[in-house]
Amino acid sequence: MRKLLIFVGVLLAVHIALLLVHPSGAAEPPTGDAVDVGIVFDMGGRGDKSFNDGAYLGAERAEKELGARVRFIEPGEGSDREAGLRLLAAEGMDIVLGVGFIFTDDLTQLAKEYPNTDFAGVDFSVGQDKNGRIIQPPANLAALKFREEQGSFLVGALAALVGNSKKVGFVGGMNFPLIHKFEVGYIAGVKAVCPDCEVLSQYAGVTPEAFRNPGKGKELALSQYQQGVNVIFHASGSTGLGVFEAARQTGKLAIGVDADQFNEAPGYVLTSMVKGVDNAVYDAIKRVKEKRFKGGIYQYGLAEDGVGYVYDRNNEKLIPPAVRARLEALKREIIAGRIVVPSTK
Amino acid sequence: MSALNFLSQTLRIAVPYLLAAAGGVLSERAGLIGLTLEGYMLGGAFCAAAGSYAAGAAGMGAVAPWLGVLAAVLGGAALSMLYAASAIRFKADQIVVGIAVNLLAVGLTRFFLRLFFDSSSNSPRVPGFDVKGSGTGFVSLAHNPLVWIGVIMTPLVAWLLYRTPFGLRIRAVGEHPAAAASVGVPVVKVRYMAVALSGMIAGLGGAYLSLDQHQFTDGMTAGRGFIALAAIIFGRWNPLLAGLACLLFASAETLQIQLQGTQMIPSQFVEMIPYVLTIIALAGLVGRASAPAALGKTTTE
Repeated sequence: MRKLLIFVGVLLAVHIALLLVHPSGAAEPPTGDAVDVGIVFDMGGRGDKSFNDGAYLGAERAEKELGARVRFIEPGEGSDREAGLRLLAAEGMDIVLGVGFIFTDDLTQLAKEYPNTDFAGVDFSVGQDKNGRIIQPPANLAALKFREEQGSFLVGALAALVGNSKKVGFVGGMNFPLIHKFEVGYIAGVKAVCPDCEVLSQYAGVTPEAFRNPGKGKELALSQYQQGVNVIFHASGSTGLGVFEAARQTGKLAIGVDADQFNEAPGYVLTSMVKGVDNAVYDAIKRVKEKRFKGGIYQYGLAEDGVGYVYDRNNEKLIPPAVRARLEALKREIIAGRIVVPSTK
Repeated sequence: MSALNFLSQTLRIAVPYLLAAAGGVLSERAGLIGLTLEGYMLGGAFCAAAGSYAAGAAGMGAVAPWLGVLAAVLGGAALSMLYAASAIRFKADQIVVGIAVNLLAVGLTRFFLRLFFDSSSNSPRVPGFDVKGSGTGFVSLAHNPLVWIGVIMTPLVAWLLYRTPFGLRIRAVGEHPAAAASVGVPVVKVRYMAVALSGMIAGLGGAYLSLDQHQFTDGMTAGRGFIALAAIIFGRWNPLLAGLACLLFASAETLQIQLQGTQMIPSQFVEMIPYVLTIIALAGLVGRASAPAALGKTTTE
């Protein structure tokens, strides 16, 4: 019993000691006119080659070009996300960013508690009240949203145009509305250029775990390729790495998401549906720096270059000029509002 | 969807379950709960990727994935020894330590991922076994020695448990450690060895996952260790039945993958099959499900 008490005592002491050293730089209060930026990453964290890295890039650019001071927190499993945001807000950061839809509720809560701090949420999920009206976020909270359906529409059209098959594939991560946006836009894109094409769409699961189960992703993709699909678009985080692996193994094509994923499987990546998370994050920080930050909903679509598809030296051989021209025409139609891409099932 | 494709996909999904369950049976039959299978697999998956990457970078070519396999066995063994030492030497509650070991595996793999590869989610591409362009059928499966190991492991463990003196000792210390000790069986030693073996074999299951993907992904086991544990229970602690349960669970998963998209029956129902079956098995509806008598109990010998 005494041993146990001593053990617990030592552990407590260590914890307290760690608490004192942990937030490095927290001791000196933020001063001067440099913008202090705090960012909490979503599951996956830095190095996910996806939107966390996008946010990191944007913050890095803000450091260089705007002289911002940036602090990152990478939460582990479970519920310490809110704690990370709270820590940064309490330290007097000028702007606190949460990367990922998962921060939606925490950001809304904290924005109310810290009215003098600015907040921004990437992929912030805007709620609706009983009558279907959109609930505006608090005045100091910017919801950075992307029109993923528009980018997905274009890669859907591309998949149907170069796929050389009446079947095209989609692999989603967690089966929920944010990913449905990708799926619905993609299907609309396929149907726009090939009305009798069929889209096989599958999801890896119904929990956030479904975003990092590459084994499942590979099996889903293999079964789609077997059924005659030649191109698969994935919107499934790390699960998609399995889709690329399946593309390599079968010699077929896959479409990346969020960032340019060409390097995951060179030669087998048709294109990627990219989201300009870096620009959105940079813009938010810039607005704080210039003291014109406003809360509200920010939509980044094709018109704002917030979403798009990759066309460069790496994949130009896979995309014939006629197809490229067709895609650009579709893009202009969407920007002009002549094509309205659906975003919900 | 041909029957052959269905079978090969089922087998691909089943291999990690088969390995984890084969290892888990040994541990459970010796009286130590196999809650840690998930952790062993995750540790094994990471060690396999790291070992294969290091060997590949050192220019060892075709041997590289084998070094990954070796690293996975060692990694699984290391985690299992931690569990065994806490549960046997320090007589800690097995459930509590088991959960701790799983959490530790998550934390350690993430820590080393950061340290070695400077990423919080993925390792770089590592050498694996498969041959490029080998397609999706049995040909690509046959190229992967871990598939063979996975298939052979179940009968091997059954033979070990039921046909060798060591297996008899494992069963004895799991049923009645005091009686085993009274006839001179070194209870503690046998338990350590059974747990070490379980860690090694489950580590192989992790190696299959990461080498098949050519990369380690944070949390990539995604609960497979727990499904293997369910298969053990469903198989009533018999390695052969547990192996069959693994195949059953894997075929349910294949069915779920194939049914998704078609509107025949909601795929969520098919996804539930393994869990519903396990609950039925545990509720004793199909005969008596009796665990090894000393499972989860600390022994004073």
